Amino acid sequence: MTLKEIIRLLQAEIICGESHIDDNIEFAGGSDLMSDVLAFAKPGILLLTGLSNSQSVRTADIIEAKAIVYVRGKKPDPEGLKLAKKKDIPILLTDLMMYTACGLLYSHNLSGVYSESDKKS
Amino acid sequence: MTEKENVLTREFEIKGKDFSRAGNISSKIKEILQETGISNSIIRRAAIATYEAELNVVMYANKGILYFTLDPDSIRLKIDDEGRGIKDISLAMKEGYSTATEEYREMGFGAGMGLPNIKKNADKFKISSILGKGTSLEIFFFLNNSGAS
Repeated sequence: MTLKEIIRLLQAEIICGESHIDDNIEFAGGSDLMSDVLAFAKPGILLLTGLSNSQSVRTADIIEAKAIVYVRGKKPDPEGLKLAKKKDIPILLTDLMMYTACGLLYSHNLSGVYSESDKKS
Repeated sequence: MTEKENVLTREFEIKGKDFSRAGNISSKIKEILQETGISNSIIRRAAIATYEAELNVVMYANKGILYFTLDPDSIRLKIDDEGRGIKDISLAMKEGYSTATEEYREMGFGAGMGLPNIKKNADKFKISSILGKGTSLEIFFFLNNSGAS
């Protein structure tokens, strides 16, 4: 699924990294807890979060996320946006709640990141 | 900074409680490693471990120093902090155990995943602590084997 399709599905706005709009996204994960993102995320993930401080962008950079979607009408703080521009990480904004945004993407066949326990169940 | 006999060393100061700058050092280390041609998976593990270590100093210590050493066989990170130290290291190594304040949890951290995640990403990990003085971490990544995933 391309970022362009994700923007359409989530009725989102892209505020940074527009040149990546045709990039393909293969999987996504949603969390407001960056500790968990650092522990479980895989490179190339689409990160959905409602955490708007600059550490959300820093975490996305460290884990090599492909893009960030801020849910619930959140947006990165100025420092975070500056970092996203510097690191060329696309930023999407949506008013949708986390559950709805993740549900929409999942129902359109965008896979999640599976932990070992998910695989067993 | 020193460079001799294929050994590159750097020292970075980490300020406690300075949350806005947390991650600057891991970004710098990532940039240094990207210039060397080391495999992406090792760079990524080193960046995650460095970031977690930086965050730990920011959240739990007054200040710290990160010593970075790169030689042909390994990356070594040594982080010495001055702070409250850890009372029970085996407890601190358990996923989910945390003494973080509510403030840090609201910032998205302090879920008790940091030290276990450093260990998970490292090829070799050592930790020691003196209560009331500080904590020392040594984190190694070996360049000539596949190591952790």
